[in-house]
Amino acid sequence: MKVLVPVKRVIDYNVKVRVKADQSGVDLANVKMSMNPFDEIAVEEAVRLKEAGTATEVIAISMGPEQSQETLRTALAMGADRAIHVVHDGELEPLMVAKMLAKIVSEETPDLVVLGKQAIDDDANQTGQLLAGLLGWGQGTFISKLKIEGGAISVTREVDGGLEKVGLKLPAILTVDLRLNEPRYASLPNIMKARKKEIAKKTPADLGVDTTPRLKTLKVAEPPKRQGGKKVGSIAELVDKLHNEAGVI
Amino acid sequence: MGTVCSRRDIDFLLHEVLDVTSLVGRERYAMHDRVAFDAAIDLAFRLAEERLQPHASLADADEPHVVDGRVVQIAETGAALEALREAGFFAATVDEEQGGMQLPFVIGQACAAFFKGANVSTTGYLLLTRAAANLLEAHGTPDQKQRYMLAMNAGRFFGTMCLSEPDVGSSLADIRTRAMPRGDGTYAIRGNKMWISGGEHELSETIVHLVLAKLPDAPPGARGISLFIVPRHRLDGDGNPGEDNNVVLAGLNHKMGYRGITNCLLNFGESGETIGELVGEPHRGLAYMFHMMNEARIGVGLGATMLGYGGYLASLAYARERRQGRPLDGRDPHAPPIAIVEHPDVRRMLLQQKAYVEGGLALGLWCGLLVDEQKTAPEASARDHARRLLDILTPIAKAWPSEFCLEANKLAIQVLGGAGYTRDFRVERLYRDNRLNPIHEGTNGIQALDLLGRKAVMEEGACFDALGAEITAMTGQARDAGLDKEAQAVECAWDATSAAREATVQRMAQQGLAAALANATTFLHGFGHVVVTALWLRQAVVASRALPSASDGDADFYHGKVQAMRYMVRHELHLARAWLQATLTGDATVLETAAEWL
Ligand SMILES: Cc1cc2nc3c(=O)[nH]c(=O)nc-3n(C[C@H](O)[C@H](O)[C@H](O)COP(=O)(O)OP(=O)(O)OC[C@H]3O[C@@H](n4cnc5c(N)ncnc54)[C@H](O)[C@@H]3O)c2cc1C
Repeated sequence: MKVLVPVKRVIDYNVKVRVKADQSGVDLANVKMSMNPFDEIAVEEAVRLKEAGTATEVIAISMGPEQSQETLRTALAMGADRAIHVVHDGELEPLMVAKMLAKIVSEETPDLVVLGKQAIDDDANQTGQLLAGLLGWGQGTFISKLKIEGGAISVTREVDGGLEKVGLKLPAILTVDLRLNEPRYASLPNIMKARKKEIAKKTPADLGVDTTPRLKTLKVAEPPKRQGGKKVGSIAELVDKLHNEAGVI
Repeated sequence: MGTVCSRRDIDFLLHEVLDVTSLVGRERYAMHDRVAFDAAIDLAFRLAEERLQPHASLADADEPHVVDGRVVQIAETGAALEALREAGFFAATVDEEQGGMQLPFVIGQACAAFFKGANVSTTGYLLLTRAAANLLEAHGTPDQKQRYMLAMNAGRFFGTMCLSEPDVGSSLADIRTRAMPRGDGTYAIRGNKMWISGGEHELSETIVHLVLAKLPDAPPGARGISLFIVPRHRLDGDGNPGEDNNVVLAGLNHKMGYRGITNCLLNFGESGETIGELVGEPHRGLAYMFHMMNEARIGVGLGATMLGYGGYLASLAYARERRQGRPLDGRDPHAPPIAIVEHPDVRRMLLQQKAYVEGGLALGLWCGLLVDEQKTAPEASARDHARRLLDILTPIAKAWPSEFCLEANKLAIQVLGGAGYTRDFRVERLYRDNRLNPIHEGTNGIQALDLLGRKAVMEEGACFDALGAEITAMTGQARDAGLDKEAQAVECAWDATSAAREATVQRMAQQGLAAALANATTFLHGFGHVVVTALWLRQAVVASRALPSASDGDADFYHGKVQAMRYMVRHELHLARAWLQATLTGDATVLETAAEWL
């Protein structure tokens, strides 16, 4: 079984994000970038499938600038077998990514595509679902447990009301949630070995996908600053304030 | 940001200031690239934050103790070391052939620096093992490497350094531990060793003690000391630990800080025979130890820097949150209190910490790179230049951060006020942990004598002049970048340093060593301040060149660099001149103070 894992290079989760003064976006100059944490979980799960003998090959894919190679190297160091880099500078919208992935799926014919449920930069939470739609495959999203037996998959999904169990047939799309696993550290020896693994380069044009933006960012702003709290003397005062000032009851 | 270090600062120093990636042009490092270096740094950063930092205060509160003759310590210590082992950090800089990753020394030091900043005690077990393995790599026989070094590279055996004794610390020439030939090429070791870090524990399959001892025919003094491998267990034919080798834990020391690692009084050969193997030639032991000293001392200095760095970051975060008082120019009692970082005196304490810890980091990483230069530069002259620089810089690479980054820890406590004096915040532990650094690996007093009495004057001042050339280059670049005034201030301070050195040479010839070296410690402080300020110029040059095209967030970072440089030049450099003055004039106040007057 072949597994495809798309990984995205995003602003590191430790970095305090700053909005550019002209409100055109987020300041990324010399800011530490890393693999999207949900994608790390996806890579880990795919590598575990391989270690368990369920998967035969794990292919990591990243779309983005030259430096996305570093993210692919991380995936390779964690245990992916080879990588595909679709080189592109500038914004990529979820639909474009999904279209490019669909094309790669048609070339690589994997049985499973495992994605992070969302990327922590734009929190779009769309790519996996769009890809499933484009391919007409079943999808198990926000999964926190995975079992594969024969051609059947059963997953546990984290949904608003609790946990939901779903069965799927291969081929399928999975998007992973935080509790699925704890990703390993890519060890120094594996970091060194990753350099020798293959990273194939492609362009959006090779995949026949038009990357002209369909969305326009009007303005990026900090969330409003939190107002200081107030102390109230009694329940009656609290109810009064909630009713008359906050207008929530 | 992290709690241990600013990742941005590490990247700035390694890449923008030191250009470490140029090392991949050397044959030894040709298998690497920038991505691999960054990945190694990333990995170390994460392990520091996720595996080492979380149990640092627990290990401090629940220090190792002995139950039924065995050391018991919190499980997290062993688990963290196992994570470091799995990640490959027991062999990060070791040759590929010997199971290592062959990373440059400077990258290895940067990684280790994160570990020390996060948890200096647990990291101690790793670094002592590295020190012992490196010594065997340099001086062991192929057989000794096979049996002991490879097992340490794999993290199966841990190592120690057994130099000090109950009656002998600074003056190692006087050690009493004896080694008697057993007739089969091995030696029976007898004696007591004191202060041995990692001397006993249950964390590894066995412990490889490297022990200084004297042979029966030893000449007196430092040239009569030999080095021995003394395993905790004798190895069987397959190289696995077998019989007990009678190295007995006589007691654990109860320390002020650095409490997560055992510190032991060990008895050798008292309860039965302790067998050791000679390393290298007889009587050369101290020389072998000193051969490794540059690297060990750079490591200690970086550790001191990182403990200061952690305090800086903790106090900075606190100062941005804690609200107290009103601005001096707007004392409206109805206005909400301001964050204390808005008070100029709090900013002074933060800026001073920044100048010390980021300055210490620049010094330590530069020295780290010089070790790589010394080992791999293609031209012999470049290797020799690096060696000279290391000789003169090592005493301050160790002593300056141990002194001034400890001062930074003191300031961090002050920023937190009363909270800083409680165990609820880590700044007090960082201070206690750091207080060791001026004491071990050669006390700062010994470093000062080494600097002024030996390094500054040896080879007719060639090491000193090599550094002078570097400083001139740094001030020259600062002038090109428009930092004329600051460059001039550093040049003047360096002239004062040179004059103090000249005066010392004269005084040595005319009045003897005691008179010449009486103010060696203040010389070291002054010398260190001048060198660190010159390195601040070097950082500020890079920052001011980057500023015009920097984005907002990055501009803050670069402004911070330029401002810390100004702080060093305007608020600290005059201290250096005052400290150097005593050596320049040969002030005899200390020398003439009779012991009876104290
Ligand atoms: C926590 C800890 C861990 C340690 N780990 C190890 C270890 O793993 N292995 C090991 O072998 N040792 C270890 N040591 C020992 C350490 O290296 C010694 O404590 C140090 O060398 C100083 O020796 P001392 O304590 O005997 O002090 P002393 O040598 O008695 O020095 C006391 C004071 O006198 C000064 N002084 C001494 N001689 C001179 C001189 N000639 N000129 C001017 N001033 C002088 C010193 O600077 C110092 O201020 C450790 C110590 C500690 C506290």
